Amino acid sequence: MAFESFSDFIAMGDHGLYVWTCYGVFFLLCGLLAWMSVFERRQVVRAQRFQQQFQSSPQGAADSGNQAGEASFQRIQTSHNEPASKP
Amino acid sequence: MWQFFHKLGSPKWFYGIAGRFMPWLLAVGLLLSLAGIIWGLGFAPAERYQANSYRIIYIHVPTAFLAQSVYMMIAVAGVITLVWKMKLADVFVRAAAPVGVVLTLLALFTGAVWGKPTWGAYWVWDARLTSMLILLFLYIGIIGLGFAYSDEKAAAKAVAVLSIVGVVNIPIIKYSVEWWNTLHQPATFKLTEKPAMVPEMWVPLLMVVLGTYLLFGWIAFYRMQTEILRREHRTRWVRDLVQAGGQSQLKSGGA
Amino acid sequence: MAALIRRDLRLSIRQKQDLLNPLLFFVMVVALFPLGVSPEASFLSEAGAGILWVGALLATMLSLDHLFRFDFEDGTLEQIALQPQPLFLLVLAKTLAHWLVTGLPLVVLTPLLGMMLFLDGNSVAVLCLTLLIGTPVLSLIGSVGAALTVGLRAGGVLLSLLVIPLYIPVLIFGTGTVMAAGSGADVSGHLALMAAMLVLATMLAPLAAAAALKISLSTS
Repeated sequence: MAFESFSDFIAMGDHGLYVWTCYGVFFLLCGLLAWMSVFERRQVVRAQRFQQQFQSSPQGAADSGNQAGEASFQRIQTSHNEPASKP
Repeated sequence: MWQFFHKLGSPKWFYGIAGRFMPWLLAVGLLLSLAGIIWGLGFAPAERYQANSYRIIYIHVPTAFLAQSVYMMIAVAGVITLVWKMKLADVFVRAAAPVGVVLTLLALFTGAVWGKPTWGAYWVWDARLTSMLILLFLYIGIIGLGFAYSDEKAAAKAVAVLSIVGVVNIPIIKYSVEWWNTLHQPATFKLTEKPAMVPEMWVPLLMVVLGTYLLFGWIAFYRMQTEILRREHRTRWVRDLVQAGGQSQLKSGGA
Repeated sequence: MAALIRRDLRLSIRQKQDLLNPLLFFVMVVALFPLGVSPEASFLSEAGAGILWVGALLATMLSLDHLFRFDFEDGTLEQIALQPQPLFLLVLAKTLAHWLVTGLPLVVLTPLLGMMLFLDGNSVAVLCLTLLIGTPVLSLIGSVGAALTVGLRAGGVLLSLLVIPLYIPVLIFGTGTVMAAGSGADVSGHLALMAAMLVLATMLAPLAAAAALKISLSTS
């Protein structure tokens, strides 16, 4: 331990304010960044799910075989593809 | 080897790979950086001239290092965008630029607060600080330019040109402490020499630096995945993934 | 290429607005400092080099928009891009023409303004030299920013944001040279450095600007 006691640790020899402000802001901004990234992800996922609901409900059964939308190529089964999932 | 580059052309492959690496990047990154920080804060010996305020180094150096490295990565991604037109490179730039802004802000802030007890001033207009400020403006410019273009492909190329032009700033930052008599101290870690600090001081610093690189990897992958979801929203695999909840890990392995 | 320079010069002379605006701005900015800060010779002679450099920088930045925008809007830029000559040469030509009508007049005005700011003869001479070498660098760097933003709606504001970080080192070197001259040091090294910046900018900026123009034209 570089410090005699916990209160010494907090005081950091008079420089406590500077050191703890820095570390505080550091963790705050990093946390904010991480949280914002997760928030964006959730937003994107939520928006797309909503879009999909909106798109697939009027279509119904007729469209269920072609969920990929515009691309109308038939997916050919090869050993590298995953098998097309059943709706 | 070339297979790797071909695969990089596939966003889905990248998504899968990223998902597999992310838990490790996060875990080891957190472990290393937190351990380094705790060691540096509580256990490293007090410095001769700066007593305990020097402990700010354990977050100042990693953020400053990373801020410059990330810009270099963005510039390299810019070259890749212009020469090979790989979409993933632009995805990286979009994901990494905001992180770069945060890193540069942290480096400037921690540097300023550290400067007060050490030099008596929060800010001096010396070469290194000024060029770090320039770096901040460059990042903001990259983000701004990316938003200003409505066409994605054109935006990617424009941002690439800008980031490459801005690269001249990086050597200025790096060598500013050697070329000018600045207030800022010279580098702690040089590739060819032993550090001027004792191991009890620089080992935790190295740990935090490595840890933050890994953490950057984690957040870059995470944000790149989100960007891929945005861009590829019409594809089958994204629609399925989003229905399942938009996880970072692909169930089917992604190859 | 010479034809392009001549054409641009002729156009600029016809639209005297664009010629005068940066000059007027330069004079106004420089005039504001004695009025707003302090008219004392001690302050002005110390800050004079910086004031003139900042004024020149801001005036150049203001004028960058015209470099490509008018040609872009009436379609001439596309024609220029379709020429058989390499685009970067044509960009260099336009930038040269731009500097001749904006940067060079600033340099010509500098001795007069320098006297008004109580700068001594030696400092004015060195200042003019740094501006002579520096303003083309500003135009060249600015051409890259202008090319990147010419097709955008909010181009003007973004343009300033993009070029400022790259202008700052030029500014610092420019004023640093004059400061060094003021304290009696030999400035040939500083000037050589600025000349090196000019050479580098001349070689690289037109390439970047040409690439940026192609991008901007592709979106229009």
